[in-house]
Amino acid sequence: MIEVLFFAQLQEEVGKKSVQVTADDLTVNDIIAKCAAEYDIKELLDEAMIAVNEEYSNRNTVLTAGDVVAFIPPVSGG
Amino acid sequence: MENYWLSEDPITINECIDKVIRPEAGAISTFIGVAREYTQGKRTLFLEYDAYVPMATKQLARIGEEIQEKWPDARVAIAHRLGRLDISEVAVAIAVSTPHRDASFKASRYAIERIKEIVPIWKKEHWEDGTKWLGDQKETVSYESKGPKEEDLR
Repeated sequence: MIEVLFFAQLQEEVGKKSVQVTADDLTVNDIIAKCAAEYDIKELLDEAMIAVNEEYSNRNTVLTAGDVVAFIPPVSGG
Repeated sequence: MENYWLSEDPITINECIDKVIRPEAGAISTFIGVAREYTQGKRTLFLEYDAYVPMATKQLARIGEEIQEKWPDARVAIAHRLGRLDISEVAVAIAVSTPHRDASFKASRYAIERIKEIVPIWKKEHWEDGTKWLGDQKETVSYESKGPKEEDLR
């Protein structure tokens, strides 16, 4: 099980804060493809940064069960 | 990480100053970012901040580490507000203490610029006629060339 987190505009478009994905040998890119197929968020995902287990990561990262993937839209703190 | 925190309650710069003041410091530079009412003529009623709290806290601490690599004698404290903010409320507070003033000015500037690059916090503008989650606030480079750089992926 992989947990996928959404924030800000992405969270509003998806309508929830997180979803669970069950599958083996997925990369972040596979998660992006699944989410883009299920929700109308492809452009938002394209501009998002990626975090795996609370650290910035890249889209080729291979995920293992228990990982937490977060899509980080362009940040606007401060 | 006690020098780096997110808060649903109002924050004050004095909380940050108290965490960095020490006998070795001859300078404390502070920065506060506050909720602005007018942006290019458009009136904001209030702001709302959300964050990926555990990661944002870690990224604030990481900024502190970066500052200590560049200015080894610096001590840093950063607090960021979450939730609803009325106009002029403090959104972010930064205090940096150093032995001499030059480093404290530079390091506090560095801190706020890095916050706008790597800390997963988002601002939602609430206007009279709608709302919007804002993106890149650096306004100097495109998002593609910003993001985390290779060295940020750690």
